[in-house]
Amino acid sequence: MTDLHTSTLTELAAGLRARRFSSVELVRACLDRIEASQGTLNAFISVTRDSALREAAAADAALAAGGGGPLTGVPIAHKDLFCTQGVRTSCGSRMLDNFVSPYDATVVARLKAAGAVMVGKTNMDEFAMGSSNETSYYGPVRNPWDTSLVPGGSSGGSAAAVAARLVPAATATDTGGSIRQPAALCGITGIKPTYGRVSRYGMVAFASSLDQGGVLATTAADAALVLREMAGFDVNDSTSVDVPVPDYVAALEQPLGGLKVGVLKEFFDKGLDPKNEERVRESLRVYERLGATLTEVSLPNLPLSVPVYYVVAPAECSSNLARFDGVRFGHRCENPRDLQDLYRRSRAEGFGAEVKRRIMTGTYVLSAGYYDAYYLKAQRVRQLINADFVRAFQSVDVLIGPTTPTPAFALGAKTADPVTMYLNDIYTIGANLAGLPAVSLPCGFVDGLPVGLQIVGPHFSEARVLQAAHAYQRATDWHARVPRGYA
Amino acid sequence: MALTREQIASIAALARLDLSSSEILVYQNSLSSILDFIGALDAADTADVTPMAHPLPGMSQRLRPDVVTEADHHEQYQQNATQVAAGLYLVPKVIE
Repeated sequence: MTDLHTSTLTELAAGLRARRFSSVELVRACLDRIEASQGTLNAFISVTRDSALREAAAADAALAAGGGGPLTGVPIAHKDLFCTQGVRTSCGSRMLDNFVSPYDATVVARLKAAGAVMVGKTNMDEFAMGSSNETSYYGPVRNPWDTSLVPGGSSGGSAAAVAARLVPAATATDTGGSIRQPAALCGITGIKPTYGRVSRYGMVAFASSLDQGGVLATTAADAALVLREMAGFDVNDSTSVDVPVPDYVAALEQPLGGLKVGVLKEFFDKGLDPKNEERVRESLRVYERLGATLTEVSLPNLPLSVPVYYVVAPAECSSNLARFDGVRFGHRCENPRDLQDLYRRSRAEGFGAEVKRRIMTGTYVLSAGYYDAYYLKAQRVRQLINADFVRAFQSVDVLIGPTTPTPAFALGAKTADPVTMYLNDIYTIGANLAGLPAVSLPCGFVDGLPVGLQIVGPHFSEARVLQAAHAYQRATDWHARVPRGYA
Repeated sequence: MALTREQIASIAALARLDLSSSEILVYQNSLSSILDFIGALDAADTADVTPMAHPLPGMSQRLRPDVVTEADHHEQYQQNATQVAAGLYLVPKVIE
């Protein structure tokens, strides 16, 4: 039983089907590891031991009867912004500390239908606003590679949980890099799908034109398996796209020969740590050996993606978070004098400092007299960035570069200056603005810390980017490295 | 671009956020530096560029038939409200 936690999700699903071990054994092992790590990593906000063991027993019964789906009995964790019926969905905020969702998010329902067993809800930056998991009301998550460092954010709990092998996979969301950046900083694999590929129904909204659910796992093959089960059209999400979901798992083994890789000039800027750059350049040589051809491409407007994001995302955030009024759900202040006082104090007490900063930035850029100068201007530059990507994908199949400028940084290192923190997402935001699928996968180490490689593809090319990540993982073993103390 | 204390107070009022005077100072500094940062957008030539509101170009908002699809779940939903009576959400008196 000692090697279950270092097995991939694909191996675990096969082992369960072959009845080599039971779901109850596997789920109990996960729960024990989660509870043992909680004081150090703080990766979870809620652990659902009782329901997980009940679901595991039901999974074992289904498997014994010859039934079950592709994920039957496999433990997974959900980022705590996916609504889970009957289980607190806090979004990392005091505002929703008392919120028990009356329904399941579509992602949660689909993974449940595929047989997955939820073991808990993972910690995250408050309302997914952060790049270090330090804005959570429930305290920061720590990086399993070095607990003095951040795991990245906003899906820091999901990333730390997978990196420490507490769970084989976890759901996550990505608005400006919140799947890929923590994947890079924790040495695991994460995919942000095309906008509209995964339903946003039951995902607490941050910036609706950018938010997209995805997966964190240890391998691209595992991410492909989970994504296949969670993706697809949903009538409950008005921006869900009615395009069939290919079998990402079956597509993994297609040969890479002839893959045209664009090496994005703007990703190798002066902000990129030279040691990170070395790891990424070495990975590009691996792709050449695998039969890919490399071409340098330029997206001249891409350096403006962070400023565009910090207009568009706060604007959408200020609108989405207007729903928290202290009346229908969420935190309500004591003894309000009048209705305005109820709104103003409930929101002031319920939201943390970074969420307030984004609400206020958004309120300002949308306010009378500033809308054209900031919001419409940002939407126009967003169009230019999108046009750059469209042009690049006329000549290459995928774009490859670093996921982040540096490896993981120390807790507290970037909290004083919001703009410094925002620049962490400089290589990831472009894919959100253009709605593109992108993967981050481990590509080596700098001073003992993992480095992430990012692969971005055109709309609905998840199969291609996962295939490219999988081929790299067949040729290297960075993804199989486990932080000391968690092996 | 430096924002004044009054501007921060006015943004907070629009956003329905009660801020202490020390918070106002913090946001005065950080919002000013964020606005300086996003000021980089001014340099981009966007004449004749259509604003991009949706990441999948050409997609239009899907509509559903105008029929009732939801059952009445108000008792379940109101379990998340702090103050409810007789099936109604309670708020401070609005009209004197």
